[in-house]
Amino acid sequence: MSSTPPDMGSPEKTPTDWRGDAMQRRIRRRYRSERRFKLIGLAAVMMSAGFLVFLLATMLSNGIGGFSRTEIKLPIDFPKAGLTLDASRLAGPGADMALAGAGIQGATDGAAIAAFGKDGDQLISDGAWLTVRSAVKADPALLRGRATIAVPASDAIDIAAKGEGSNEDKAQVAKLKAAGVLTTGFNLSFLQGADSTDPTMVGIWGALKGSIFTMIVTLVLAFPVGVFAALYLEEYAPRNRWTDLIEVSINNLAAVPSIIFGLLGLAVFLNTFHLPRSAAIVGGLTLALMTMPVIVIAGRNAIKGVPPSIRDAALGIGASPVQVVFHHVLPLALPGILTGTIIGMARALGETAPLLMIGMRAFIASPPERLSDPATVLPVQIFLWSDQVNRGFVEKTSAAIIVLLVFLLAMNGVAIYLRNKFETRW
Amino acid sequence: MSALALLFLIAGLGLIGWLTARVRAVSFRRDSSARFSSLPSHHGTYVAMWTVLPAALFLAVWSSVSPALVTDAVLETPAAAQLPANKFERASVLSEARNLAAGRSFGTFNPLSQTLAPAYASAQKRYDWISSAAALLLAFATGAWAFTRVRPAFRARTKIERVVMLLLLGASLIAILTTLGIVASLVFESARFFRMVPIGDFLFGTHWSPQVIPANDPGSALGAVPLFWGTFFIGAVIAMIVAIPFGLMSAIYLTQYAAPRVRAWMKPILEVLAGVPTVVYGYFAALTVAPAVRDLAVSLGVTWASSESALAAGLVMGVMIIPFVSSMADDSIAAVPSSMRDGSLAMGATSSETIRRVLLPAALPGVVGGILLAVSRAIGETMIVVMAASGVATMTLNPFASATTVTKQIVDLLTGEAEFDSPKTLAAFALGLTLFVVTLLLNIVALTVVKRYREAYE
Repeated sequence: MSSTPPDMGSPEKTPTDWRGDAMQRRIRRRYRSERRFKLIGLAAVMMSAGFLVFLLATMLSNGIGGFSRTEIKLPIDFPKAGLTLDASRLAGPGADMALAGAGIQGATDGAAIAAFGKDGDQLISDGAWLTVRSAVKADPALLRGRATIAVPASDAIDIAAKGEGSNEDKAQVAKLKAAGVLTTGFNLSFLQGADSTDPTMVGIWGALKGSIFTMIVTLVLAFPVGVFAALYLEEYAPRNRWTDLIEVSINNLAAVPSIIFGLLGLAVFLNTFHLPRSAAIVGGLTLALMTMPVIVIAGRNAIKGVPPSIRDAALGIGASPVQVVFHHVLPLALPGILTGTIIGMARALGETAPLLMIGMRAFIASPPERLSDPATVLPVQIFLWSDQVNRGFVEKTSAAIIVLLVFLLAMNGVAIYLRNKFETRW
Repeated sequence: MSALALLFLIAGLGLIGWLTARVRAVSFRRDSSARFSSLPSHHGTYVAMWTVLPAALFLAVWSSVSPALVTDAVLETPAAAQLPANKFERASVLSEARNLAAGRSFGTFNPLSQTLAPAYASAQKRYDWISSAAALLLAFATGAWAFTRVRPAFRARTKIERVVMLLLLGASLIAILTTLGIVASLVFESARFFRMVPIGDFLFGTHWSPQVIPANDPGSALGAVPLFWGTFFIGAVIAMIVAIPFGLMSAIYLTQYAAPRVRAWMKPILEVLAGVPTVVYGYFAALTVAPAVRDLAVSLGVTWASSESALAAGLVMGVMIIPFVSSMADDSIAAVPSSMRDGSLAMGATSSETIRRVLLPAALPGVVGGILLAVSRAIGETMIVVMAASGVATMTLNPFASATTVTKQIVDLLTGEAEFDSPKTLAAFALGLTLFVVTLLLNIVALTVVKRYREAYE
């Protein structure tokens, strides 16, 4: 390449000798560098995919334990446990009241001490009595005699049974295993419960319900507004300064960092309109503002994809501009709009920072019942658990991440399916 | 009457209007053979619209006015004479009474609110009845008026379409409103902050320790330069050192070398990297990457290794940005005219020589624009730095030392216990404003560069 270009006109220049040693060496070098370059590219792709695999594998291996829990078969001698419980009341509507005052917690701890020695109550979870309570509620006949109930083991025992934790705890686990009282079961309470201070009792349902509420608010607000704005800008808007301004704002909003939307929510929804802190409705409003530009941009692209001939044909047979759009363009663009909407919603579902700004970082121990109830959402719950020092929260955090990723994967899968099924090539 | 029942009633009236108007319009058609501009259902929708919309508008206005009216009515009752003169105490007693009357309260702190609560309840009930009756009457009246306009020659469709157009225009104005809302809230709160802290101290001060803010000179503890440096160092240096080579080379390989099948599989896989929620990256950074980086630093003999190092946060952020850089580079390489590529190949250059000497220089403006966009995304990224970076503001070039960022500080400042008017919480809005302006500028510059470059090849 650095050689002077051959000058055909002058006789003293010889043509390049491609078979010569120097030239062959040079070609080999160039091909070597070609191969190297290609290999570097392949390595970059492979390593990027490797990051993803490593990330997912880490979460999976950390989190899979969160879906199982260690249980201890606890023998309880109910007649001797000193329960102040009238078995006849358990049938009627006052069952919860009767159970609340029965002293089951003390009886459970007592039974554990009786069964496993002085520190027996340390082996079972702080919430073990809740399991006993629901067992008694489901089958009052238990109260008449001795019964063996599988209760969740304490945090330390749970970790030790899964192969980590201190040596003392591991020794305890070995002892319990030898006694045949240790079992491992599917952690149903993880899918049904809400936040708790005890990692053996935490659940994901509270956060999931909060996420669902928030997403409903986001969808109900962002989808119609986004679709209408896209229709207006693409089909009707005259070219003037105002529509330029709208376009510039939408494009900028799509690039604004999400935390700025959180500051907006804090300043406007909480401090100006005094909406309740940490509520699903405020989270939904904030995320709707964030998702709307995404839907507008996806919607405009989908609408642009509908060929003009369809509009012309409809106009030609006498449809009004509104009829053209709502009867013809919108139905044809809808698959594309829906794909964009699902992708925007998936982004909103994984969003954490703006929700922290509007106060969604409180400890919420019960699932929200209404849109204005204090709620938490999945990503925020993950963030809160990741801050916990207790060792038992590590696997719960990763398990919650698995749940979140499963939802995101499902949403993206639906989006891809929609795109492939309804995509029309004109 | 509950609000829900009222809404159902109005909707029911609208439905009745729709049906009757439609029936009437159908009867016109039966009686004549003239051509009509509107379908029967257009007439129906026109009447339904006139039934529902004015009443809904009335209720919306009413709900913003009625609390004041109710309070006025309560203040005229004899029990209100005992209210304290102090404005704040007065407001707190009144709001307590209001909650009590609405059944939202669990306990009272002021006995006076107990006596006021019945007055509240009765006034509220009275005004509710007035508003319900007025809304229903309005719905009926406007609906009936619209019904009288249903004639064969009446152009109901154009009227409906005008409303639809207004609706569409209103929807697109929400984008402007949101932008205005962001700018207004940031500027307004930042202005309050800059009244307490001189703007020069904030922008050029080099000491950041919001934990202890001296009351007489708050600016001395709120100098944001270390935050700007940390943000730049993590987001624009470390993250880009990871993201640019990986993203660029992935894009080159996938567009120029890979077989279509490989490309069809690998491109979505890389895009998944961008779809993973940032909180997951943050947890990954804090749990796996940060300890590994610290161990590496210790084995390298670095004594000041922090477990919340800039490197850990930056690395993970870089991985997150890879697909972003990759897709921007992909677009700009694809935009280079194929004649340039074919020309180079025809002259005997190998593929890699073509890419390095022809495609990349030609695509450079687009790539640079894409990288600027990636930087703007990286410096606005929050959760990774919140979970993996440190809260201590330092100015260091050592990637193993701790560094903090603007976004991390915004979260830390606003999730404390301080009241809202302190310089500490308002500083978060000043930081937010700075972040907003910087990302906006980056985006504008990047988009201009990309646009110019596109035009050059069109």
